[in-house]
Amino acid sequence: MQVYIEAISYYLPEKVITNAELAKIFPEWTEEKIAKKLGILERHVTAEDETASDMAVAAAEKLFSEHGIDKGSIDYLIFCTQSADYVLPTTACLIQNRLGLNDTIGAVDLNLGCSGWIFGLSMAKGLIAGGMAGNVLLLTAETYSKYMHPKDKGNRTIFGDGAAATLVSTQGIAEIGNFSFGADGEGAKNLIVRTGGARCRKSKNDLVFDDFGNPKSSDYLYMNGTEILNYTLDRIPTLIEDVLKKNSVSIENIDLHVYHQANKYIANLQRVKMKIPVEKYYCCFENIGNTVSSTIPIALCEALKDGTIQQGMKVLSVAQGLGYSWGGVMMKF
Amino acid sequence: MTLDEFVQNFAEQFDDTPMSKFNPSTDYKQLEEWGSLTALSIITMVDAEMEKRITGSNLKACTTIEELYNFIQAL
Repeated sequence: MQVYIEAISYYLPEKVITNAELAKIFPEWTEEKIAKKLGILERHVTAEDETASDMAVAAAEKLFSEHGIDKGSIDYLIFCTQSADYVLPTTACLIQNRLGLNDTIGAVDLNLGCSGWIFGLSMAKGLIAGGMAGNVLLLTAETYSKYMHPKDKGNRTIFGDGAAATLVSTQGIAEIGNFSFGADGEGAKNLIVRTGGARCRKSKNDLVFDDFGNPKSSDYLYMNGTEILNYTLDRIPTLIEDVLKKNSVSIENIDLHVYHQANKYIANLQRVKMKIPVEKYYCCFENIGNTVSSTIPIALCEALKDGTIQQGMKVLSVAQGLGYSWGGVMMKF
Repeated sequence: MTLDEFVQNFAEQFDDTPMSKFNPSTDYKQLEEWGSLTALSIITMVDAEMEKRITGSNLKACTTIEELYNFIQAL
């Protein structure tokens, strides 16, 4: 059975943080330097009382209204986030109720970072191909802004909050091809919030500043940038090769590359390393930032809107995320 | 890659620091522009131009550009 992406919509919170605002907080960086190095001009952040599930509900409502989708047709909900409303229960169940979806649906949370949409899409495809569902609503939403220390120059510059809603079905605009996956928990320590989970529930209040003046604390999001860079250099080329092999295509036959939108630095690195022509590599972080698990659906949505994606195109998407967890898929539009 | 070429490539990763500041004995962590982004650029340059992999810890452990060059050559 063929499985398709039927529609995508996304939601960004109202509040915007510009480079000018960040340059005021971090005077060692100028507006121009942030833009030149990272390619991000602004990012959206949630309000104090706005959660990932609030954004996911907004993205889903947009999906239903923009594409004329009957919410009664949804028979499975996957909610990907690392910012659940509660330690328990499952946030997807709360979303089922808030969206007014049928109470006969499956509803699960998926805890993944930047690779989350790829994995959620693979699960949705599996559910449909296995005859267990017909219309899977895949919601991705993240609020890393709430995990970041106010003095965290690197992460506050890169990450933005946002959500996307992807409807996966037996018909649609893009046939979902074959996937490649990977996981390596050895890298967990390089992108982590150490406290708040079952392993260490209480705050540690152990804030120190590293050699570059960046805060390092068990209670906030910590990213070892150089290790994450090496992870990307190590894994992305082999991941791309594996997805291509599993879909029996060569890289030259890919019409558009829509990868996880980390930032301009990583985008250029991947593009040059894989010798991808600039016109075939889609970038969509300038006014959004890195929204973690929503970057690929947001980029696909924009590429469809601006006409970059045309019918008949083969599109390759890959994502490397914390965990470590990485994955890729080819889609035929 | 010769040491002189390495110094040149190293210097090219900096936007605001004049070339005259770079020589084999430059203590790169003392440069005003040294930071997390320049560290990423050095790692990327070493990967692309020398096909060698270095880490943030390696950059921290070395002091001069020549010391880093010798460390990479020995990998």
